[in-house]
Amino acid sequence: MSSSDIIAWFAEIGIGDRLTAGGKGASLGELTRAGIDVPPGFVVQTGAFERFIAALEAEAPLRAPIEALDPDDLDAVGAAAAKARARLTGAPLPDDVREAILSAHAELGAGAAEGPVAVRSSATTEDSEEASFAGLQDTYLWVIGGEDVLTQVRNCWASLYSVESVCYRRKQGLPEAGVAMGVVVQRMVDARCAGVMFTRSPTTGDKSVITIEGAWGLGSAVVSGEVTPDRWVVAKLTGEIPVRDISDKHIEQLPAPGGGIEDREVPDDRRKAPCLDDAELQGLRDVARKVERHYGKPQDIEWAVDRDSGKILLLQSRPETVWSVKEAAAAPVAKPADSAMAHVMNVFGGRK
Amino acid sequence: MAGEAKQFPLPSSVEVAAGTEGAQAAYPYYMQFEPGDDKRFWFYNAMHFPEPMHMFDMITAEGAYAALGAANTRVHSLPTTLGIDFRILNGRVYIGGNGVTDPDEIAKRTEEFQKRAFYYYENWESLYASWKDKMKALIQDAIALPTPSLPEFEPLEHIHSGRGIASNHDLLDTYLKTLEGYFRMWHHHFEFLLLGYGAYLVFFDFCKKAFPEITDQTIARMVAGFEAEIFKPDEEVKRLARRAVELGVDHKFIDGASVDDVLSSLEQMGQPGKDWLAELETSRNPWFNVNVGDGFYHYHRSWNDDLSLPFSAIPGYIDKVKSGENIERPTEQLQAERAELIDGYRDMLGTEEEKAAYDQMIELACRVFPYVEGHKFYCEHWYTNLFFNKIREFGALLAEHGFFEKEEDVFHLSRYELEEAIMDLMFSWGNASPPRGPARFPAMIAERKKAIEAWAKLDAAPALGPVPDIIDDPAIVMLWGITRESLDAWLNAGEGDSNEVRGFAASSGVVEGVARVVKSVQEIGRLKQGDILVCQVTNPTWAPVFQKIAAAVSDIGGSMSHAAIVAREYGLPAVVGTGTATARIQDGQRVRVDGGRGVVTILE
Repeated sequence: MSSSDIIAWFAEIGIGDRLTAGGKGASLGELTRAGIDVPPGFVVQTGAFERFIAALEAEAPLRAPIEALDPDDLDAVGAAAAKARARLTGAPLPDDVREAILSAHAELGAGAAEGPVAVRSSATTEDSEEASFAGLQDTYLWVIGGEDVLTQVRNCWASLYSVESVCYRRKQGLPEAGVAMGVVVQRMVDARCAGVMFTRSPTTGDKSVITIEGAWGLGSAVVSGEVTPDRWVVAKLTGEIPVRDISDKHIEQLPAPGGGIEDREVPDDRRKAPCLDDAELQGLRDVARKVERHYGKPQDIEWAVDRDSGKILLLQSRPETVWSVKEAAAAPVAKPADSAMAHVMNVFGGRK
Repeated sequence: MAGEAKQFPLPSSVEVAAGTEGAQAAYPYYMQFEPGDDKRFWFYNAMHFPEPMHMFDMITAEGAYAALGAANTRVHSLPTTLGIDFRILNGRVYIGGNGVTDPDEIAKRTEEFQKRAFYYYENWESLYASWKDKMKALIQDAIALPTPSLPEFEPLEHIHSGRGIASNHDLLDTYLKTLEGYFRMWHHHFEFLLLGYGAYLVFFDFCKKAFPEITDQTIARMVAGFEAEIFKPDEEVKRLARRAVELGVDHKFIDGASVDDVLSSLEQMGQPGKDWLAELETSRNPWFNVNVGDGFYHYHRSWNDDLSLPFSAIPGYIDKVKSGENIERPTEQLQAERAELIDGYRDMLGTEEEKAAYDQMIELACRVFPYVEGHKFYCEHWYTNLFFNKIREFGALLAEHGFFEKEEDVFHLSRYELEEAIMDLMFSWGNASPPRGPARFPAMIAERKKAIEAWAKLDAAPALGPVPDIIDDPAIVMLWGITRESLDAWLNAGEGDSNEVRGFAASSGVVEGVARVVKSVQEIGRLKQGDILVCQVTNPTWAPVFQKIAAAVSDIGGSMSHAAIVAREYGLPAVVGTGTATARIQDGQRVRVDGGRGVVTILE
């Protein structure tokens, strides 16, 4: 099934494969292995990227001119980065890479070769700042056909040579030889609604609740902030839903005819209607708990509900970082006292 | 607060309602506002006294504040909290807490507190067991008091036994013992109360810090008891419904039928009917000694005095039993759920240190909670019923001797005036002169009846006097849920979104329905299936109506309010402590209750 180091199916990889699959791909593999419903897909591994780079280097040096750049010389960075990107998006792919991707894509289609897929960059670096420059956000939705998939894979690779990304690496003095990227190719979910959820409250750091945000259509509208999502707070343990903020969701992102996505106005009857019912909220809670238990720490999760099957699918899960860092530095809420009674002095002892 | 600083009115600026001056002046002098009171902050204790006070019923405030003050100030020596002063104005009870701020004094009181309160915490179970014995003995003493009566001649057996004391003395003796028992009951009531609330609050505060988004109701569920007396009456009604089905007499319970009709038709139907009536008797003793209110008013009659409330709930429960629903409280399941909650939240704590602190706090909270939940049945319900019914007997005797028209009129006399009337009757019986009271009391009672009506129509200010910068009196926060934030909300009521009424999120869930604004217990019968109950204060003994309603909203109540507990028990959304819901929501309006956020939205 696998084409050596070029392609890896989700079921073949896990969180330990970050360096070859990238973080996103490794995480999707890990979730698949953990028995979580993830839209099926594969990772174009860093091996594919390296083969391509090797082919390009054989024609003319690619990494060396980048490594020689002065990050303060923006004109030179701009020109060199543009040239690198042009080569990555324009030069022919090595045959084995091209064939492996097309063949995996065909297999993913499972008989419907023209079925839409999402193409998403999967950075190998753990440095979130660099990762965000290196096109972590690069996601191409509703990509139809093998050739378009190849184009978007190359676009993901090229994002490694954005001006910001190159400048960052040069300022940090990071070796260009280690720069690589995985790309996730995943069957597209036709989402009735989608969004994000946090197994630790993003606003208070509370680990006992799951904050769920969602809106109609694809999750990209929520992630990009174009729509104010509905928001629920669900108690992790009891399933109680103490907070339900239902917003006016004026647009939704849906597949465009011929590929890609577009914004559409939400009809009046759905705008102020909750995009999830209680059973779905409890379903999301179950999944969130399962993922959190699997990783042993709080997670930020992207999810979607399939329009036809109503099934909950996860598109991504990554460890929560903000509160985990704060918590490590914080004093405990309370320390044990000599006796249980001593604690009542907090109430009766007057203000401290 | 936005804009210019807002103030509550000063006590001296609030006028006594026209025509009620005589009634206002009749309350004892130590309850009247005086000029110096303008300097202090007072708030209307609408949680315990949501309606204008009959003259006699002020004894409840007296008993409660005499005992609460002593417990805080002198018995347990709470470091920063002394007693509660109370005043009455236009029939409403305003209260103000006394605190300690001097650090030396706090240190001294802390040392005492640890000798006293810690002893109670350490020996809680045994002290609580003996508390129950004391309360049961006190209740038996009250039951044993004779019905006051004046025979034409002293009974012969009194002569033969050489009793040497005549029946007119028994009147005074019974009256004074009745009062004495009531005041004593209040001391027992406060023997553990603040310590219990405090231990709970410690755990509550910890949970709120460790889990900022945890709901109050989840914390309450972690410590709630299962055999708590306060759930018993409703459980007995459910049991009676189940027995009615089992005995095949359920068709006699028709929604809307009068209690008398149901009882007589059961009596006529032979053995099964008699069997059910026997079941009713076992339920009534003692569990129907609960009031349809919180027991603080003489007209909060018990289920035993008026079976209509429990009977109104039976048809609904019968329907559920017949449809195969298990209506009885699933104690074992609740116990398992509680254990799961306690363990589950413990697991989510960050460090071993926090877990150890949590273990200590929850252990203490669970130790004290049976008292917090259980005391009400013995004190506020069973005992107050006996007490007010004994006073009612004096009312009947005085009415019989022409002092006033009806036995209920007795509650328009203060406890001092009632003693005067009893003395008058004693003299009259002994001296064979007509009593003087019949010429005095009817006009006075008519005036006071009018005053109660006039006061009920006034919108009482929620608070009086300058707003304190901070409210950190644990008694005020614990018992009344009053914080600086809630005062600001009261001051700003009517501003902002006029369609929203905000309060404490007491029980989660969102429901829309027709608001039924129930201003007194007598109006409970207006509630229809699916209505949203809007009231000043809800009470756990309203529990049977909770099966009818879709949600509950109250003016007063905090995280510890029993309204919240019952709402959770029934899985109903509830918003409590809104301050203004009964004033701002019109009867019949459609409203949406979001019990998770503590918001009520008026939809029309």
